[in-house]
Amino acid sequence: MKKLWDMFLTFARIGGLTFGGGYAMLPMLQREVVEKHHWATEEELADYYAIGQCTPGVIAVNTATFVGYRQAGIAGGIFATLGVVFPSIVIITIIAAFLTNFAELKVIQYAFEGIRVCVCVLIFNAVQKLWKKSVIDQPTMMIFLFVFLVSAGLAVGQSFYPELFSVSPIVYVVIAGVAGVVLHGGNGKKEV
Amino acid sequence: MILVQLFCEFFKAGLFAIGGGLATLPFLQEISQSTGWFSQQDLLDLIAISESTPGPIGVNAATYAGFHTYELFGGIVATLGLIAPSIIIIILVSKVLEKFKESSLVQNIFYGLRPASTGLIAAAGFSVVLATLVSVTDLPSDPVGAFNWFGIVLAAGIYLAIKKWNKHPVVYIAVSALIGIAAGYLHIFG
Repeated sequence: MKKLWDMFLTFARIGGLTFGGGYAMLPMLQREVVEKHHWATEEELADYYAIGQCTPGVIAVNTATFVGYRQAGIAGGIFATLGVVFPSIVIITIIAAFLTNFAELKVIQYAFEGIRVCVCVLIFNAVQKLWKKSVIDQPTMMIFLFVFLVSAGLAVGQSFYPELFSVSPIVYVVIAGVAGVVLHGGNGKKEV
Repeated sequence: MILVQLFCEFFKAGLFAIGGGLATLPFLQEISQSTGWFSQQDLLDLIAISESTPGPIGVNAATYAGFHTYELFGGIVATLGLIAPSIIIIILVSKVLEKFKESSLVQNIFYGLRPASTGLIAAAGFSVVLATLVSVTDLPSDPVGAFNWFGIVLAAGIYLAIKKWNKHPVVYIAVSALIGIAAGYLHIFG
C-alpha cells in the first residue's frame, strides 16, 4: 500500500510540474522515476515512449501506466495513472470555474515566455541523456538520424507549406522495429 | 445519464487518438459538434488554457471540456473516460512484452525502437525550439529579427546552470517563469 501511495504522489508531482505535454514530461520522468526511485532505466523509458506513441491515448498517461504496472501490477498502473492526471483535474477545474481569462492574463503570458524557453532546454538535455543510452553503435545511429531528419525536416517544411503531408509516429516505429531486427538480428549477436 | 454519455465519448477519444495530446483535439471538436455540450469558443479557450497549465495537454483538455458539460463531476468523468483505454491497452501490451521479454526477436525490435523513439523526441524538441526561438517563415526576409534573442540568451543561461548544478527541473522552470515575468514588465522582449 505504501508503494502505491508513493507512486500516486510521485506521478502527481510529475503531472503537476510538467509544462507542455508528453515530451516535456521526459525530464521529470528521468529525475523522479529513473534517478530517484529507480522504477525504470533510461532504456526502458525510451521503450515506453516508443510504445506510448503508437498505442492510443495520451503519451504521459501511457508512460505512467507502464511504469506503475511494471512496478506494482494492475493496482500500480491505476495508481500511477490517477496520480499523473490528479493535478490537471484540480488545476483545470479551478481555472474553468473561476479564471476563464487565465490564458489572457499578462503575468501568465510573460511567465510562459520564460517557461517555454526553459522547456526547450530541458527537452534538449533529456534527449542527450536518452541518446547516450539508445544510440550505441552504427545501426542505431542510422535509425536515429533517419527518424530525426525526416521528422524534423517535415516539421520545418510544414511551416513553409502547411499542406505538406506528415508521417504518423507509428510509421517510424514500425520501420525502426523492422530495421532493428534486420540490422541487429543479421549479425547474430545477442544483447547482453 | 449525461455522465455515462460523457464517459463513453471521452473513452472513444482516448481509444482512437494516437500520438499524444494534440491528437485528442479533433475528437473534442467532433464531440462539440455532435452533442453541443461545449462550444467552439470553449474549445479555443481550452487549447490556450491546456497549454498554459501544467499536465498532459489531452488530459487538461478533457477536464476542461468535461467541466463545461457537467461541472466538477463532468471534469472527473471525462478525464477518467479518456485514460481508461490507455490503462487497459498498456497493461495488455505490458503483459505480452513480459512474456516475450527474453526472446531475441523482441530484443532486436527494441534495439531498433530506442533510437527511433529518441529521434522522435528529438524532432519534437526541435520543433518546440524552432517555435520558441526562431520565426522560420521570417528568416529569409529578416535574418536578425527572426530570432528571439531574449530566449536564446535565457536558453544558454539555463543550459549552463543545468550542467553546473543538476537540480530538479522544476527549479529551472520556476526561475525561468520569474525571469519571463520580470522581462515582460521591463519590456525586454516585444
